[in-house]
Order: sequence, then structure tokens, then C-alpha cells
Amino acid sequence: MTRDEIREGLAEILEEVAGVNPDDAAEDKSFTDDLDVDSLSMVEVVVAAEERFDVKIPDDEVQNLKTVGDAVSFIEKAGK
Amino acid sequence: MLEGKRLLVTGLITEQSLAFGVAKLAQEHGAQVILTGFGRMSLVERIAKRLPAPAPVLELDVTNAEQLDSLADRVKEHADGLDGVLHSIAYAPPSALGGGFLTAPWEDVATALHVSAFSFKSLAMATLPLLSKGAGIVGMDFDASQAWPVYDWMGVSKATLESTCRYLARDLGPKGIRVNLVAAGPVRTLAAKSIPGFEAFEEAWTGRAPLGWSLTDSEPVAKACLALLSDWFPATTGEIVHVDGGFHAVGV
Repeated sequence: MTRDEIREGLAEILEEVAGVNPDDAAEDKSFTDDLDVDSLSMVEVVVAAEERFDVKIPDDEVQNLKTVGDAVSFIEKAGK
Repeated sequence: MLEGKRLLVTGLITEQSLAFGVAKLAQEHGAQVILTGFGRMSLVERIAKRLPAPAPVLELDVTNAEQLDSLADRVKEHADGLDGVLHSIAYAPPSALGGGFLTAPWEDVATALHVSAFSFKSLAMATLPLLSKGAGIVGMDFDASQAWPVYDWMGVSKATLESTCRYLARDLGPKGIRVNLVAAGPVRTLAAKSIPGFEAFEEAWTGRAPLGWSLTDSEPVAKACLALLSDWFPATTGEIVHVDGGFHAVGV
């Protein structure tokens, strides 16, 4: 799966879970500061991403995923 | 031990939730589990799918009278009755936790008491029509016999929960229904992580508990909850069972 495909998948999840406009979900955007994703929404985004991309995102890792790009990179690596 | 038991489990929100541990272990031991969720139902549904067996999810806000009134009927769509109920519900507004003890306004304290303690009675009454002799109700406690750092009005809420447990045991005993609490050590659940300064508990506990303590393993707590909900504590009610590695029993 390419970075773009992962990002598009994440954008769909962000729209469904947190009402984020898919056009805003660029790689440099911060989940909390730019996209207003609250902590509980973030929990659901992670759970939905695990299902969609068939990866495990450990609890301790979530705090390191500040931007959409961070999440794309993690999923890209974890999926290999 | 739980073959054929029908259990209502509240308070599941992530895989780390104590309620998730209880529901999982219950299913593994043959129980039928019905879940209730609050607020973010889509997340609860997603997490429910990670249990070993399918479990229906009902919406329940324990401060909503309509949802409480209709709960028994909604459970009946899945089971004729219940053998056990787990209350794993607590909330305090940010002002009432993490160092705001002297300044938290009554409205926020009232919310904490309503959601975390009064709801034990509300849930018991809402499920009472489904419970018969020998059934058990178990709530999740955090030892309220002393003051803790940062726990503030949640600590007072837990003290209220402990007292509520004793009065419920008094009033439901004649119907043969047991009401007990499990006072768990700290586990890194979503609820725990939302308490600013929670780390203070983590260090103290792992260092002092005679049996040691795992901050990430909810199975000891789940086992105790299910033991209390089973037929193996038939004459125990109004009790608080500490599942804390023995922390409460020892000094510095």
C-alpha cells in the first residue's frame, strides 16, 4: 500500500469518526492542533485504523503520532 | 464456573477497560455477555467485536431516567433474565480531579457522585426485574479508606460507592441478591490515564504491594469480579474485596 493510499484511508476514518473534512487531512496536519480531534476520537481513529490496515498500534505508540504523516509512516512500517 | 450465566457488563470503551477483561474472561468461561455503552457508541461497538464471541451492545447513560427505565426490556430482547451485573462506571469533571479538591464547584462534584456512586443504585434498580435469588451485582471500587494524591472528589465518590454497596446489600439481601465491590489496584485504562498525576499511584503500588502489581494486566481484577458474580460466594454481600496485590494491608 502506498503512502497516498494509507493517507486517503486515514482521511476517510477521520471524516467518519471525527467529522474532519478529507481535504484537510494532509500529512503535515496535527490531529489535535489542526484537525481538532479530541482524545476519545483519537482512540477510535486508532481502533478503526487497526481494523482497516490490519496492523496493531500499541497504546504507548499513540502519543507519538502527532500528525497525519506520523500515523501514515507508522502504518506503512507496521504493515510490512 | 460461569456456564450458562447471563451477565450484563457496563463500562467497556477500549481493550484496556476493566469491563473488557471481565467480558472476555466471562465468555471464555461459558457466560453469555450483554454489554452497555455510553457516549461514543461506535467505539464501544468496534471494541465489542474484539471479544471472543458476539455480544449485543445497549446504550446506557446512567444519569438518563428513560434509558434506565427501558433497560430491562431492552435486555429481555437478548436474555430472559440476568445472573450477574457488573457496574464499571465512573466520571468526574476535570475540576474535581488532579488537585482541584478545594476549588471544585458543587455542580461538578454532584456530577461525579451521580455518575460514579448513585448510578450503582440506579443500575441495580433498573436490572432488578431481571434478577432472581442468587444473582450478584459487582461494582469497581478504588479503596476509599484514605485520602490519595490527585484523586480528590473521585475518592469521595468511591467512598460513597462503598456506602451505597452496603445499603444495597441491606435492601436487596431479602431477595437473595448479593452486592459487592472489587477494590482494584491501578490499571492503565482510558479512565486512569485521564487522571492528571496518575503516575504517583503507579510507582507506589508496584513498589509496595507484597504480591507485586501489574499496571497493564486486568485479568486478576476480572477473575475476582467473575468469582463474586458466580455461585462460589453465596453468602457474601456488602463486601469489598481488595484486588491490589495486598497494597492496602501494609504500611510503608
